[in-house]
Amino acid sequence: MDRRESLKLLATAPFFTYTGAGIQARAKSESKRAEFFTDQELELVRVLADLIIPADARSGSATDAGVPEFIDFMMIDRPELQVPMRGGLAWLDAYSTKRAGARFVDLPEDGQTMILDDLAWPEDSAPELAAGVAFFSFFRDMVASGFWTSRMGVEDLQYMGNVYVQEWTGCPPEVMAHLGLSDEE
Amino acid sequence: MIHLKKTRLYDVCIIGSGAGGGMAAKVLTDAGANVVMLEAGHPWYAETHSSMFQWNYDSPRRGAATPEKQFGEFDGTTGGWDIEGEPYTHVEGTEWDWFRGRCLGGRTNHWGRISLRFGPDDFKRRSIDGLGDDWPIGYEDVSPYYDKVEKLVGVFGSHEGIRNEPDGHFLPPPKPRCYELLLKSACKNLGIPVIPSRLSILTQPHNGRPACHYCGQCGRGCTVNANFSSPSVLIRPAEYTGNLTVITHAMAREILTDENGLATGVSYVNKEDNLEYQVRANIIVLAASACESARLLLNSRSSQHPAGLANSSDTVGRYLTDSTGTTVMGMIPRLMDNIPCNEDGVGGMHVYVPWWLENEKLDFARGYHIEPWGGRQMPAYGFMSEIHRYNHTSASGIMRQRGGGGYGVQLKEDYRRYYGAVLGLSGRGEMIARRENRCEIDPTTVDQYGIPVLRFNVTWSDQEYAQVKHMQETMRGIIHAMGGEPLDSMPTNKEGYGILPPGRIIHEGGTTRMGHDKRTSVLNEWCQAHDAKNVFVADGGPLVSQAHKNLTWTILALAWRTSEYITEERKRGNL
Repeated sequence: MDRRESLKLLATAPFFTYTGAGIQARAKSESKRAEFFTDQELELVRVLADLIIPADARSGSATDAGVPEFIDFMMIDRPELQVPMRGGLAWLDAYSTKRAGARFVDLPEDGQTMILDDLAWPEDSAPELAAGVAFFSFFRDMVASGFWTSRMGVEDLQYMGNVYVQEWTGCPPEVMAHLGLSDEE
Repeated sequence: MIHLKKTRLYDVCIIGSGAGGGMAAKVLTDAGANVVMLEAGHPWYAETHSSMFQWNYDSPRRGAATPEKQFGEFDGTTGGWDIEGEPYTHVEGTEWDWFRGRCLGGRTNHWGRISLRFGPDDFKRRSIDGLGDDWPIGYEDVSPYYDKVEKLVGVFGSHEGIRNEPDGHFLPPPKPRCYELLLKSACKNLGIPVIPSRLSILTQPHNGRPACHYCGQCGRGCTVNANFSSPSVLIRPAEYTGNLTVITHAMAREILTDENGLATGVSYVNKEDNLEYQVRANIIVLAASACESARLLLNSRSSQHPAGLANSSDTVGRYLTDSTGTTVMGMIPRLMDNIPCNEDGVGGMHVYVPWWLENEKLDFARGYHIEPWGGRQMPAYGFMSEIHRYNHTSASGIMRQRGGGGYGVQLKEDYRRYYGAVLGLSGRGEMIARRENRCEIDPTTVDQYGIPVLRFNVTWSDQEYAQVKHMQETMRGIIHAMGGEPLDSMPTNKEGYGILPPGRIIHEGGTTRMGHDKRTSVLNEWCQAHDAKNVFVADGGPLVSQAHKNLTWTILALAWRTSEYITEERKRGNL
């Protein structure tokens, strides 16, 4: 099935085959090969994604939520993102090797965070690293899209909509109080 | 391969199935006419095609846009700014973004449902400020049809008694969302009114359609038809009369005329077999969108109509307008760390800012309104992108030495804390119609069906720039009054004060304007071509000006009025 056909399939019948459960299951399956990323790139994507959104007390990490698989899919779906992504990952490894003497995934965690500290704060970054800073912002956005739109992310955020509401009652009193709004409506 | 297949003779052929085409089909079939409708896209009915209640995580692209669905994969309207095989061009140095629907119902399947009457002044602007032109008709002519549209379709709103924002037959408005209450409270101090919005979404059962269930997904199409779309409210009932034949995948090429210059039918390409067909009809109603209808008229040349059908005045395609538009986004610290609640509501704003400076002395002529948006929406592709622009602002009390951005546990917590705290304000204003702003046929370019395409030539005047500057300043003032900070700095004069490219608000109008004088207008006051009495237009083309008010409600009212006129003229034997 080529991309055109798969798009067509997605446009007609598709969504039951891509249930949240399916995506979660796929995330766990290490043997699944990426469609866009090489094995080496995928390893870097996983490490980077989990540094951006790690597991904490409330929810799992980016890879737990299937973010690398999501990004891989989007690279095929949006070919215009392929060069910025592939080039950005290559830039990161080149910078890592130059600055710390090893590929990013081979650095100890404090080495990895040292690299990220150079890139993660656009307003406070060295002008000569602008390409890497732009890549990191783009990658952070992709990770956020993948994580927070997953079932895990939606539950973490406590998004309460996408449900049938019999009667719309407006802003709940406890939120009104929290916002310091009076009930003059 | 050309294969001409002729059909039976219909009373009326309607080209296009959006608001105007749907309304014409409904009124004409109710009157007993045999109607055929041509639609360039595929069939679409909300009951069967809508993605309502689909979770974004049910798709691997999480709701992102596709080439076929450029407002997101779950959107109700197939189409977009660029359609493969159907180009359009521009005169160098000018811009026009053209969103075309390619499905039954067109853009009504996903539109914002903002349903505003034009006011008495909006039909007589030249008399008031000397710019543009007056309409050949006034509010008193259209008002009875706004009444009919509201009773048939259903719209919520509130009675405000604002002279040039006429009230209508309103269903009760939904209560404001939390951030909308905050907006209202801040605007009160600024003397800016915030009133319930007016959207064609049912808050009570209406004409056999159920009330809204507040999932906020009107743009995907409503499977229970609690909002307005042309297929659900107009085309389905028209089909039930037995008098309507809908032909989808039919890309109109040309309106055919006889030796008297009258229309006899339409030739079209069936996109599925790529063959050429003809449909014959006594009366033609163009409702393909203002620009597509102009294109079709200009492409319908004959010895009787050498400059294109209905174009002896050289007015077809001219006076093209959109609404002006610009947006300010702001981070509102009071909305951070909020208590989770369901903010879906109806698919659109529950409140808005109507134009409030009608009699003020300003450096621009016409008004605008402001549409707020925000809240804890269903996360979709692009969720909280560029968080580094706001997760450090001084207003929030979170001052980070290194500015915004970050990673790790702190960043993850920031996403939670800032979720729902960004408010958007979008200004929508009136552009002044000018003769030189136009679309015309590009002499050297055809689409994949061999149909010559449109070339756009549209520029803003100082009026629009001054208006958008005022919007920007006002909306920034509102965000500050809410205790927030805009995410971007004020756009400069060189940046056009942040004005979006013309066409971007998707309110194309004016290209076949009506008027009493056949030398300066395409249509008479009944939207009937001066040059060919059996040709009518029922989309945004007839509008002489379009206020700052989303034009769909006026398209529906005029289409109804025109369809009644057709019926009466037919009875009188004039058509």
